Formats: sequence, structure tokens, C-alpha cells
Amino acid sequence: MNLITLVWNYLKARPLNTAINIVLLALGIAVITILLLFNRQLEEKITDNARGIDLVVGAKGSPLQLILCNIFHIDFPTGNIKLAEAERIARNRMVKKAIPLALGDSYQAYRIVGTSHAYAEQYKARLAQGGWWKKDLDVTIGANVARLANLKTGDTFSSAHGLTDGGHEHDAHKFVVSGIMAPTNSVVDNLILTSIESVWLMHEEHGEEEEHHEDEHHDHEHAAPHKPSPLVPSIEAGDSVKEVTSVLIQYRSPMGAIQLPRMVNSQSSLQAASPAFETARLFSILGVGVDIVMGFAYVLIVISGLSIFIALYNSLKERRYDMAIMRSMGASRVKLLVSILLEGGLLTLLGSVLGLALGHGVLMLLAGMVEETQKAGITGMVFYTQEWIILAGSLFLGLLCALIPAVQAYRTDISRVLAGN
Amino acid sequence: MITVSNLSFGYTAAAAIRFPDIDVKPGEHCLLLGESGSGKTTLLHLMGGLLRGYSGSITLDNTELSGLSETALDRFRGRHVGFVFQKNHLISALSVRKNLAMSPYLAGLAVEQQRIDEVLTTLGLEGKADHKVTELSHGQAQRVAIARAVLNKPSIIFADEPTSALDDTNCDRVIRLLIEAAAQNNATLIVATHDQRLKSKIARQIILGHRTA
Repeated sequence: MNLITLVWNYLKARPLNTAINIVLLALGIAVITILLLFNRQLEEKITDNARGIDLVVGAKGSPLQLILCNIFHIDFPTGNIKLAEAERIARNRMVKKAIPLALGDSYQAYRIVGTSHAYAEQYKARLAQGGWWKKDLDVTIGANVARLANLKTGDTFSSAHGLTDGGHEHDAHKFVVSGIMAPTNSVVDNLILTSIESVWLMHEEHGEEEEHHEDEHHDHEHAAPHKPSPLVPSIEAGDSVKEVTSVLIQYRSPMGAIQLPRMVNSQSSLQAASPAFETARLFSILGVGVDIVMGFAYVLIVISGLSIFIALYNSLKERRYDMAIMRSMGASRVKLLVSILLEGGLLTLLGSVLGLALGHGVLMLLAGMVEETQKAGITGMVFYTQEWIILAGSLFLGLLCALIPAVQAYRTDISRVLAGN
Repeated sequence: MITVSNLSFGYTAAAAIRFPDIDVKPGEHCLLLGESGSGKTTLLHLMGGLLRGYSGSITLDNTELSGLSETALDRFRGRHVGFVFQKNHLISALSVRKNLAMSPYLAGLAVEQQRIDEVLTTLGLEGKADHKVTELSHGQAQRVAIARAVLNKPSIIFADEPTSALDDTNCDRVIRLLIEAAAQNNATLIVATHDQRLKSKIARQIILGHRTA
């Protein structure tokens, strides 16, 4: 026999009341947990994906779109820029590293990215099997692509135009999987990497059909050009026809952040966008929605707190005699006070533990069922220190709700209650 | 065992009740008789340490009650005194066994399951230990309340109107059980009642007069 047994039996004696209090609190805690896990992981992914990339230079349009398209690969390109113009930026002395990207096609909604090997290095991608792309039409695919699209080394596939499933298929050429990358926990897991030349090849075909440009075949002859382009070495520097989608820039010094964007934006056809600034803007837009849901969760928690208070207050009226009897059997005032506080604390502890489990469970379920969450790399299996704060906070809530009833129990006038008036 | 002298109690000085001096020897049983409003319950609560703030003197087991702090009094009550009330006041959330276990637990004594079984058997409640108290009949519940009062082997058992709601057969039975239980545990039994049927059961009787307002 101890206080925990006593309190537990009291809770068990009112199963419905106890259940509703626990469930109400658990729901509130679960919503907060889901938001916490989702938000934190999303933020981590976003900062991870943008790490080391200071500036994205692409065609004029929405700067947010430029970032969403070229860093996170979840939006369409703003357009193309001339390779020659991109080279001019890349050669600037404030630029430490410049990685060209040529986008446009996808396979089963996984984007095909024409780029240099530096892009894979940027995300510290390592090979799990096979090798990096060498020849035209070789691709190296991310871990999620291999798993979810069921591709192996040596497999061939034809790409579709655009970013969604079922776009116009380029049947003339087939890509060959030359290697699969190990999971990086970044956007690269969802990408199909290839050379820029491969992307051009795919679209030349396209271009020839539609616009009858026949004079471009010499462009990807692999004889070394006199003065290779700093971005695509197989091409002569200053080529006036070739285009890329964007260039990812890393500054040599912080001075770049001040001068380079202004320089780029002053050119009529180019635009520079900072991933850090644009993602911060994105979060402040999303933040409103998150705040509303969060507010709703807090309302749930306050209601559950009230409900616990009312339950304890009412049950205390029924238990006046129990209290007096316990006093007559030798229980001190403090013992009764502690027993009521314990009851409130136990209720909220159960509620918050259930809520945390529910939150993680829902995210695990979501990650198991929804492909998009897997692509985004969000799981229910991570734990953050904030969850301790949630636990401690709800325990505090329980004690707070139990305080008034507990003080009443402390003040029980045994003689008066037992005498029946 | 119990010595009451010069005792008076009142929430205000004007409404104070004066009680007669009482001296009860160990093992002696005693009946407190009086009409409702004569202060029987008040006197019982004062002697049982449930009510404080009296003037005069009450000593139980050679301990002056007013000399104990609130917590010490709680402890003293748990170890030396057992109560039986008119209503049983069992804790309905707990089983019979747990109701009984509360008694030593709250008094700060070790809970001995063997002692619980022993007391239940002497009161004819063997096999009821793991029942819910809500499943018991009124008579059984009353016996559980008696079991709870004697479990810690108290030196004094106070009973407040234990029989007034019962018919003659049950009245007989309850007072017999109380006297037996007290005898088995060498306890003094003090019964406050207006039930005239008990007059023939306990010889020593103290009659409280009407309240002098």
C-alpha cells in the first residue's frame, strides 16, 4: 500500500473520466509533438540542403522559385540563362566555387539534374555501388530514387519532360544507370545526376524537331576545346548558344555577399537569390499556419487542464469522507495534499507520455505511407530535447490544476465532515 | 487509559460546552449516552484527537493530546486509536484488502497481509478480501469497518452511533462484535450513542446533559 496505489485506484475507479482527461491532453501534446518534429526536421533539411551555397544565379523571375527549383528541386525553373553569361559570373574573383545546373527532365517525378561532379561533392555524396557518370547519358542516382523507383545499376530509362509523372517522354535516348549513391539525408537522395551534356543531348533532339537547328552538333564533340568553359569543360569558353538553368555560387569571402548579388541583378537577364534569405522568408510565410495549429493545440491543452481541475474538484467533494477517514487513521494533512497533487501529476504524465507516443506514431505512420514524407526525409524516430520540456511542462500543468483541490484536501475539517454537517 | 478533566470546548466562548470529568481504566468499556445535540460526538472527537482547541485536559495512554503537534497527533491517532462511525466510510475505490491496508500504511506501520487475513477471519469475512467494497452487504461493510478499526491493535476504540441505523438483530450482532474485537485486542471501547438498546450491553455509562447555551 502506498500513495501511488491509492491514487491509481482512484483513477481506475472513474475510468471514463480518467480516459477523457488523458485523451484530451494527449491530443494537444500529440499536435505539438508533430509540429515540433515536422518543423525541426524540415528546418534542418532545408538548412542542410542550402549549406555551402551562398547564392543561386538564374533567369529573372521569382527569387523564391529560383531557390525552390535549384536548391530543393520542388519547383519549375524560372527559365534558362546563357552559358556565356554564367561563365562571366563564375570567373568573378569573389566566387570560390560555381556549380552549373541544367534542369528540365524527370523520371517518375524524380528530377534529372545535369551538373558537374562538384555538385555531388557539395553534398558529400558517396557511391553505394557502380560509378559516377562519365559518358553522355550515364546517370548516378540518389538512394531514394533507387529504392522507390526500383532502379539498379545497368538499368535504362527514358526521361519525361517537366517535373511531374506523365510528361512528354523523350524516347529517342535512354539514360543508363551507372551508379547509385549512398543515402546523404539531403535532397541529392531524390535526384538523378548526370552531365550537362546529357541534358543538352536530350533536348537538342527536341529542339531539332521543333525549331530545325541543325548546326549544333559540333558542340559536344569531345575533342578538347582551345579554351574550355570554366563551367562545362567540354565546351569552348564564351559559347553563345548553350544555356544552363542556373549556377550555384559559393563566395570566397563575406564581401561577396555585399557586391555579387547587386552586380548580378544589375544585368538585365540574370537574377541572384540567397538561399538563406529566401528560406527565412518561406518560413515566415509558413509560420503563420504553424502558429495557428500550435495555438489550437495550446487551447486543447488548456481545456484538458481545466477538465482535470474540474474532475479533481468534483471527485474531492465525493471524497470528503474518504479524506476525513484517512485523517482519522493517521494520515497527515501533507499526505492528503501530496496524494491530490500526485493524482493531477499522474493524469498529465500519462496524458503527455501518450501524446508524445501518439505524435511519434503518427509521423512514423506518415513516413511509412506517404512517399512525399520519405522523400523529404522526415521520420518519427528522432527525439528532441524539447520533448522533455513538453513532459515537464505538462507535469507542471497537472500540479497546477491539482493545487486548489489539494489545498482543499489539506484543509479538510475532519471532525465536521465526520459529524455529518 | 483515558482521563478527561475540566474539559470544555466551543467555537466561541459563549457557545462552549462543559463536559463531565471521565476516567476510564485500560480494558474497561464505556457508553456515552445523551440526546442528539448533547455533545456526544464532540466529546468523542475531542477524546479521539479529531478536534483540537479545547480547554482543560484529555490524556490518552498517558499522553496529553493538547501537547501534541498536528502531525504528532495524526501519528498518535493512527497508532493508538481506532474509529467506527455510523456510516461505514470505506474507500469505495479500493478493495476490502486495500481498505484495511490503508490503516497501517497511514499510521506509518508495516502492512502485514497475515494480520489482515487474521482479522477478516475473526469477523467472518474470510474470502471477501479481494472483493470491491461496493459488492458488500451493509452488514459486511460494517464488519470491514470494525476490522479496519482494530487492525493496528489500538488501545482505544471509539464508536460513534455504530448501531442506531440497524434493526435489533444486527444491533446485537454489531455491539457483540465490537466488544469481542476490543477484548481480543485488549482495547478500551467507548461507544457514543442515543440507542437505548445498548444500555444492557455495557455496564459503565456516562450520561451527557443538554447543552447549556
